[in-house]
Amino acid sequence: MDPTSAKMIGAGLAAIGVAGAGVGIGNIFGSLVSSIARNPAARDQVFGIGMLGFALTEAVALYALLIAFLVLYAV
Amino acid sequence: MAAEGSPLEQFQIERLVPLHIGSVDVSYTNSALLMTIAVVLIGLLLIAGTSRGALVPGRLQSMAEMAYEFVSGMVDENIGHHGGREFFPLVFSIFMFVFFGNTLGLIPYSFTFTSHIIVTFALALFVFLLVTLVALWKHGIKFFTMFFPPGAPIFMAPILIPIEIVSYLSRPVSLSIRLFANMMAGHTMMAVFAGFTITLGIFGFFPIAINVALYALEVIVTALQAYVFTILTCLYLRDAVHLH
Repeated sequence: MDPTSAKMIGAGLAAIGVAGAGVGIGNIFGSLVSSIARNPAARDQVFGIGMLGFALTEAVALYALLIAFLVLYAV
Repeated sequence: MAAEGSPLEQFQIERLVPLHIGSVDVSYTNSALLMTIAVVLIGLLLIAGTSRGALVPGRLQSMAEMAYEFVSGMVDENIGHHGGREFFPLVFSIFMFVFFGNTLGLIPYSFTFTSHIIVTFALALFVFLLVTLVALWKHGIKFFTMFFPPGAPIFMAPILIPIEIVSYLSRPVSLSIRLFANMMAGHTMMAVFAGFTITLGIFGFFPIAINVALYALEVIVTALQAYVFTILTCLYLRDAVHLH
C-alpha cells in the first residue's frame, strides 16, 4: 500500500470517533429540551449547564478530528 | 513542519525579530505579537471604558462592565463570595486573555496563539500549580483527604484513591488540550473547506456556504471555550478553597 492511501484510510478511521460525540451532543440537547419543556422557569439555569456540557462533549469530538487532521496533513 | 498550501500552514510560527540569548531562542514571533496586541487591546478597553465612569454607560463602558460583571458573577457563584474574591483578578485576566486570543485568531491572515499546545499548557499548568499551592497553604496536610470522597466506604479506598490522584494529575492536560484542540481543529476545518472551494470550480459555492456557517460556529466557540476554561479554573479553585 502506498503511503498516501494509508494516510487517507487512517484519517478515515480516526474520524469514526466523532460518531460517539454526535450521540453525546444529541443526548445533551434532547435532555435540555425535555427539561425546559417540563419546567420552563428553569430555562436560564439549565441553559448554562447545557452549554457547558455541549462544549465539553464537542471537545471530545475535536480530539478525534484533530488526530485525523494530523494524520492527513502533518505526518 | 507544514508544507506549502497545507491547511496547517496557518499555524506556522515566524520569527519577526530574531533574538538569541546564549543558545536560547527568544525571538519575537508572530505568536508573541498577537499576545501583545491582545494585552494592549484588553488594557485599552478597560482603561478607556472605566475612565469616564458615567452613571449611564456608553458603548465602551458597557462592554467593560459586562465583561467585569460576567466574570464576577462566575467567581461568586462557583468559588463563593468569601474566599473567592481574592482570585477574581486572576480569573478575569485568564478569561480576557483567552477570549481575546481566540477572537483575534478569527481575523483572516492573523494568528491564533491559543492554537498552540505550549501556550494553553503553560496557562493550564499555572492554574494547576496555583490550585495545589492554595490548597496546601489553606488546609495543610488535610489537603490529601481530597483524594478520598467523603461518605465512600473505606474498603473502596484502594480503588478510589488512585483514580482520584490520576484524575487530579490529568487536569492540566485535559484543560489545555481542550482549548488547543478546539482552536486548531476549527481553524483547520475552515482551511480544508476553503481548499474545496478552489478544487470544485463552479460548485465552489457550496463549500463557501458551509464555511460561512462554520465561521459563525467558530465565533460561538471562541467565547464558549474561553468560558469553559474560566469556569473550570473556578471549579478547581473551589475545590482548593473549600475541599469538596
